[in-house]
Amino acid sequence: MATFFGEVLSVYSRAVEEDEEEVDENEEDAEIRRELEEKREVNLHWSPEVSESLKSGNKLLCSEFILAVGHNAARFLSVYALTSENWDALGRASVWNERSGGVASEESTCAFYRPKDNPAVLICQVTCYLSEDQLFQWTEKVFDCLQLRQLNVTVLSESSVSEFKTADYLSSSSAPFLRSLHSAAFSGKPVCKSLEQPNIVTGLQAAVLNHCEVHRIPSVVYQCYSDVIGPDSVTMETFKPTLTKLGKSIKLDPSPSTDILRKIVRTTNIQSNLYI
Amino acid sequence: MFISSENSPPCFKDFTLVMPAVAVGNVGQLSVDLIVSTLNMSRVGYMHTDCLIPMTGNNPYATSNENAEELHTPAEVYMAAELKLAVLQIRAPIIQSKSKKFRQLLVSWIKSSGFSRAVVLSSSQAYQRDDQQMKGIPLRYLLTPSLLKDSEDALKELSWREMERVSAYLGLTDANTEPRLYVPGGGITKGLYTDSCAEDVPLAVLILFCSEGDNIPDAFTLVNHLNDWLHLLDDPSQKPNKWKIPTSWNLLFGSGIPPALF
Repeated sequence: MATFFGEVLSVYSRAVEEDEEEVDENEEDAEIRRELEEKREVNLHWSPEVSESLKSGNKLLCSEFILAVGHNAARFLSVYALTSENWDALGRASVWNERSGGVASEESTCAFYRPKDNPAVLICQVTCYLSEDQLFQWTEKVFDCLQLRQLNVTVLSESSVSEFKTADYLSSSSAPFLRSLHSAAFSGKPVCKSLEQPNIVTGLQAAVLNHCEVHRIPSVVYQCYSDVIGPDSVTMETFKPTLTKLGKSIKLDPSPSTDILRKIVRTTNIQSNLYI
Repeated sequence: MFISSENSPPCFKDFTLVMPAVAVGNVGQLSVDLIVSTLNMSRVGYMHTDCLIPMTGNNPYATSNENAEELHTPAEVYMAAELKLAVLQIRAPIIQSKSKKFRQLLVSWIKSSGFSRAVVLSSSQAYQRDDQQMKGIPLRYLLTPSLLKDSEDALKELSWREMERVSAYLGLTDANTEPRLYVPGGGITKGLYTDSCAEDVPLAVLILFCSEGDNIPDAFTLVNHLNDWLHLLDDPSQKPNKWKIPTSWNLLFGSGIPPALF
């Protein structure tokens, strides 16, 4: 469009991408597209006994599925639940996309655990980046492996407080805080306030909650809004109220030692000391 | 695919379907919000698909604390049985590589549900109009062949204009470039229209020319035009604002301002 000064600017819509006229694909283009789609597929790698069980048509018997999405949520579970030696590593998901590059480092993983003494509980920590087109696929593939009867799902997730819309300006002292969303089938009482209008939740937590809503699985998402980017012990501790609900299904360490906390939370490295 | 949220699946036979295209200014989606909110329509099912970016939230049409905590998904179907009206609301962007799949999903669902007609509310970039399109009201329509004979007279009576075909390259009068249908910023509008023509689906498209910005007035314009045709609201009082704005429209342009800013 033309501006007041006569220059011509491109105008972008926040709703739609520029139209792509559908070009007839030749064989080579179609082949490249298929290969790229295959590369972007979410792959689940279970332990041998789980794979055997799934192959013979028996899904994982699970009454509690606890999913942690993001570094603080994952670290919270690591510190308060996974520190004891009582957990079996059941499997992991490998995901390739443009941001992840497929390298599973300590910083970005997707791993499943089950307590040795209570095989009906499944914990999953997702710290890798899943792109928008992989979220639905991850959810369908994982839930396909679970026995759905009497399943309850709890999701711990995080977001920046700048994404939280409220009429009263939030002073920095109010963050971090928790908000919840639950599916219609959920009959319990969430441990915090429900997410107010006009806020929404996106990402893996939204994909999982949608799946549970549509398939009538009781589930609840606890999202922590924090003003700190990156792992932080105060943000992690905000998830503590969820322990009361989680404590019913898994043995939790209510006051982990400072050594464990120190190991888990590394201080952010100063990238540059130019402005110190 | 459509999954019912009730215990028995709803029957859409001979209903009119109204749905938005995710397009410039989100005008179609805002208009659909006004329809669902004003007519107090109840949700009857979800469109559960991998073609949309996942998002979720509490009831955007909440009127009280009792109905505030109801989860809603990116694409849902609402119904007003007494008006024989069904509405599909789409709340999330369509994943680009899946737009063709999404169009096919919609067309086959419209056919299998037995809708008597489907109306797509869409919008197009105002700055890309050619001279013809800048004349008259900024509303245009498209009708597929199967809906043409039933509805064209009604639309002509309302003095609506059909969406003009434009030349591929403005200014060039090359005999080889045939004027063609072009809906810039319309998302899947053109594709959905051409697919519906090919599959003999009775589809109408209403396109509003607009720009990005505060598109609430555009939503009101579009929904009022739709009402002139379909008579969804029979309000004899001629009040300018008979549509109810849902609570989810709060804070469209961000949170409250920090007082320390001034």
